[in-house]
Order: sequence, then C-alpha cells, then structure tokens
Amino acid sequence: MAACSMGCFLKLFASAIILAAAPLAALGQSPTYKLGRTPGAEELRSWGFSVSPSGKDLPPGSGSAEQGAPVYAQKCASCHGKTGTEGPATRLVENLRRWPLATTIWDSVNRSMPFNQGGSLAPDEVYAVTAFLLFRNRIILESDVLDAKSLPKIEMPARKEFFPPWQDLWNPGETRPSGDYP
Amino acid sequence: MNSKRASRRRFLKNGAALASLTVGALRSASGQTPGPETPAAVPKGYQPYGQRSHFESSTRTTFHAEGTPPPGVAPFQSWPAVFNPLQDSVGIITPSSLHYVVSTGSVPPDIDPRQHRLLIHGMVDRPLIFTLEELKRLPFVTRIHFLECAGDGSPNVLLTNKGEGPIIQRVMGFTSCSEWTGVLLSLLLREAGVQTGAKWISAEGAETAKHAKSIPLDKAMDDVIVAYGQNGEAVRPDNGYPLRLLVPGWEGINNVKWLRRIQVMDQPPMHSRETNGYNSPRADGSKRWFQFQMGPKSIITFPSDAHRLPGPGFYQIKGLAWSGAGAVRRVEVSTDGGRTWNDAEFQGPVLPKAHSRFRLDWNWNGEETLIQSRCTDDQGVMQPTLAEFGKLRGVDVRVPPPNVSNHFNPIHSWKVARDGSVQYGLFS
Repeated sequence: MAACSMGCFLKLFASAIILAAAPLAALGQSPTYKLGRTPGAEELRSWGFSVSPSGKDLPPGSGSAEQGAPVYAQKCASCHGKTGTEGPATRLVENLRRWPLATTIWDSVNRSMPFNQGGSLAPDEVYAVTAFLLFRNRIILESDVLDAKSLPKIEMPARKEFFPPWQDLWNPGETRPSGDYP
Repeated sequence: MNSKRASRRRFLKNGAALASLTVGALRSASGQTPGPETPAAVPKGYQPYGQRSHFESSTRTTFHAEGTPPPGVAPFQSWPAVFNPLQDSVGIITPSSLHYVVSTGSVPPDIDPRQHRLLIHGMVDRPLIFTLEELKRLPFVTRIHFLECAGDGSPNVLLTNKGEGPIIQRVMGFTSCSEWTGVLLSLLLREAGVQTGAKWISAEGAETAKHAKSIPLDKAMDDVIVAYGQNGEAVRPDNGYPLRLLVPGWEGINNVKWLRRIQVMDQPPMHSRETNGYNSPRADGSKRWFQFQMGPKSIITFPSDAHRLPGPGFYQIKGLAWSGAGAVRRVEVSTDGGRTWNDAEFQGPVLPKAHSRFRLDWNWNGEETLIQSRCTDDQGVMQPTLAEFGKLRGVDVRVPPPNVSNHFNPIHSWKVARDGSVQYGLFS
C-alpha cells in the first residue's frame, strides 16, 4: 500500500516537473534569494496535504463503512462517542449531514485526526472512516466503497443550501453585490 | 551647544554600556541553558521583561456559553475565545497581551522556533522548506493591520456569550490591531515558482486541530504577510508563535496561526471551518461560499457600557474605525440618535486595513440620548444603518436581535441615560 502510493506520488511528481518546465521559463519565476531547501518526495509526503472537491489530490486507497467501524471504535470513539452521538467532542452523526462536501470530511480526518495525532492514519483507514461516518449519517450504504473516484461524486444533502453553484464560485478580484463585501 | 555635545557623549557612553550588557544577555540566552538563571541586565527594582503597573487591571475575558463548563475546563472546547477590552484602549495598537484570540484547540501549541519549519508545496516548481532563521534573512515588511473575527459584534455573540465583561468587550472585543513584521507571502511563492493554473492556496497551522483555510492566490500574491513579529517582538504564542499568516482586511479565520504548510492549488480545498461554518447564511436558510473581506466599521470605545459619566459637562467621545477594503476616509459621530452628524477628528496615523482612532469633543447636557458613529472607507463605502444592513442581508431586524452570526457592521448605538450609565442601544 505504502509502496503503491509512493510510486504514484513519484509519477505525479515527475509529470508535474515536466508540465512545469515550459511555463517556468515563460514566467521567469527563478528563485531570487535561493534560501530554503527542496524536500525529497518521501519527506514531502510526511508533511500531509489538503484535498480539493475535485478529488484530484486524493491518494490511492479505498475503504467501506464495514471496514471503517473497527477503525472508528479504536481511534475515534473515545472522543466522539461509541455511536457518534455521545460526544464529548463534535457529535459527528447528524452534524456531518450539514457539511456540503464529502471531500471535506476526508480532508479533516486525514489532516487532523485522531486528536493530537493528525496525519497518522493510512489512506485506506481515512477512506474507511469517512465511509463509516457517511453511512452513519445515512448518506451512503454500509457496503459502498470509497476511493479517489467515488468520494468526490457523493451528493451531500447540504450542498443544495449553498450558492452560487460551485462552477460560479467567486473569482478573486470580482466585485460582489452591494453589501456583500468580497 | 557644548553642554549638548557633552550630554550626547554621555548618552553614547551610556548607550555603549547598555549595548554591551545587552550583548551579554543575548549570549547567555542563546546558550544551552537559557532560563530564569540568566542574569538580569537591568538595575535592581526593574524587571528583565517589564510589566505594567499593578494599579492597572484591564484584562481579556473568555467566551462562555450558558450551560457549558467554565472556560478552561471543557476538554474539547473547540473554539477557545478571548476578548480584547476595547473600553480601556488608547491609540491604535492593541497590547499583545490583550490581543483577542479565537482558536482551534484548547491551548496554544508550545513550538520551539529552532524546530519549526514552513513548507510551500503543491502547484509550484520547487517545493521549499524554510527555517525561521532563513525566513528572517529574507527582505521583510512591517505593517500595521487590524484583525477581526467574522463574528465580532454580532447579535449571535450577544445572545450566546454569558461570559464576563461589558458588551463592548464580550461582544465587540473580537478585534485588535498590531504592528506585524514578516516576509510577504508573494516573495515565498515566487521563490517556489507558482505554476500556471494555480488559483488558490491552502494554509495550515501546526496546532492539534491543524486549522486550515482556502485563500485565493490573488490575495496571497497581494499583501499577505508570513509574520514572525508583533509589536516589536516575537508573535505571542496565543497569536501564532513563532509564525503566522496575516491576511490584511480579511476575516480572522484566514489568518492561520502557528503556520506550517502552504499548498498551492487550482481549487479551494473547502476545509471544515469554511463549509460547516464561516459561510454566509441568509434569511432563507441558504448559505454563500466564502465571505472574506471585513466591511467598514466603527465603534465608540468611550463612553461605552463599561463606563458611567459622573455628570453633565465636557467629554471627548473616542472610538476606533476600520475597513477591510482600505483606509478609513471619514468618521461621523451623532450625539442625538442620528438626527445630526458631525465629522470626527482623526488622531493619526490613518492606515489602510488598520484601526484608526477618532475623537469628537462633546458637552453632555445630562439628558438621555443615543451616541453613534459611522465611517466611510476610501472606496466610498459607508457603514450601513441597521435597517440597510437587514435589507442587504435579507435579515428581519425588527425582531431584535436578528439572527446574524457574522460580518455584522451596522452603525452601533450607545444609550446614555440621565444617571450617566451607558447601555447597548442598537435595538433601542
């Protein structure tokens, strides 16, 4: 598992370098001060990462609610409650129904959970716990498998409360309606 | 002339002595065992790190919701929040020890600056890791900017905060202003080489909850500071030691503290606190993605509900005004409930995206009245009335207090009673 994501990461990294080569010269963005150090791929990965709703930054791996239940019981239940409704930390059942994007749940679990050990879960575990939470919030089925392809496609019920449509998301520099400061 | 020269020489001599003492202190402080045993390089009776007079008692207060354990007790208090005592403020700078705090995680992380690193990665040509020492070698900027929580002054805070302090503090004290020193984020991004197609950044803190925020790349390339200095010294732990993001004019949550990682992206990652909160809810239940910039706002800090006027006579009305869009151009004050307005005088400097101090001489006749202030920023945008605000946001302000939790900037009122007491007068 680790080898696979490592390999894929390297592939992505290599293609990023190839893609970057052309605009680099055009933009003239060569470093001026030459301070700071460029980390290797493995070190870079250890820092963690954010994922966007498109899911393009999601790593390989997968998990279902069935697989997530034991992970939740072991890593999450002591703070969030046995069934996700007891607390004392955020009552994840019902609360997550109000989140508009499923990728946000993955991002939060991956970067900052468990408490004080953010980044310690393997991608499979993050997919599985996310699936478990979405199942407990009645959004997916217990047997549904989440991965980099299926996760961004989940229709969250709260999504329709948000406007404007995602495609029309405010672009930097655009003026907003009167009274709505940018 | 001669005596002047002599005194200058004396000054230089004393200065040199002081400087050598300072160097000595620095040497021992940078050794392996810094701490309280470091000899104090100040005369007896003075503190190595000075304190205010024991006659001064102005302090921050903590947010406390009804029915919850007292502040500091709740193990999973996800939003520890402390308020700036604006009623005691003078000038435009908030003392670092009184700066407001809204945080994720119960306690600020205890970060060793020698171990701390900042990573710039994502859609860049060269991911870069900086030490604090390297960041301090880079060209720096020092700028005065306000910070304000999106919820500052909102009716929602008025209703929910049962903590201590007058309303000017426990409702309106979610704003502060400091002198910030650091490196422009644009410089760091240029060093890393931003790739074509990049539009956003994700900034992440090093606290246990690893708060993260999406910020448009345009803003990141404009005036955002990666700050290590606050009011002439290191950023305080509460405020992000040793490194924080300072996003001038934008709601507090963008200003990621304990900054550890910046990822350049083509889409905003929509982290938890910018989707399940910090959206912009409307009366019909809909919510808009993002609301970044803080609108023009002014508040009278004296007299406020923390004060009581001893009797009729002369007073100077004092207050703070600011705008996320730029500098404040004009502040007007009314002492008759908004019937007439007088231009307040500025006590400079009046800086972009910074608190500005205004004042107006006032002879109180002893009758009950409403005092108000309204500001206009250099974009020509004026602070709205409560009615205008309600119309703009689709909120029914006839049912006070309206259900508004963020970006609440209508003209505020203090009600001065005949006995000199001052009360919250917004819904009077």
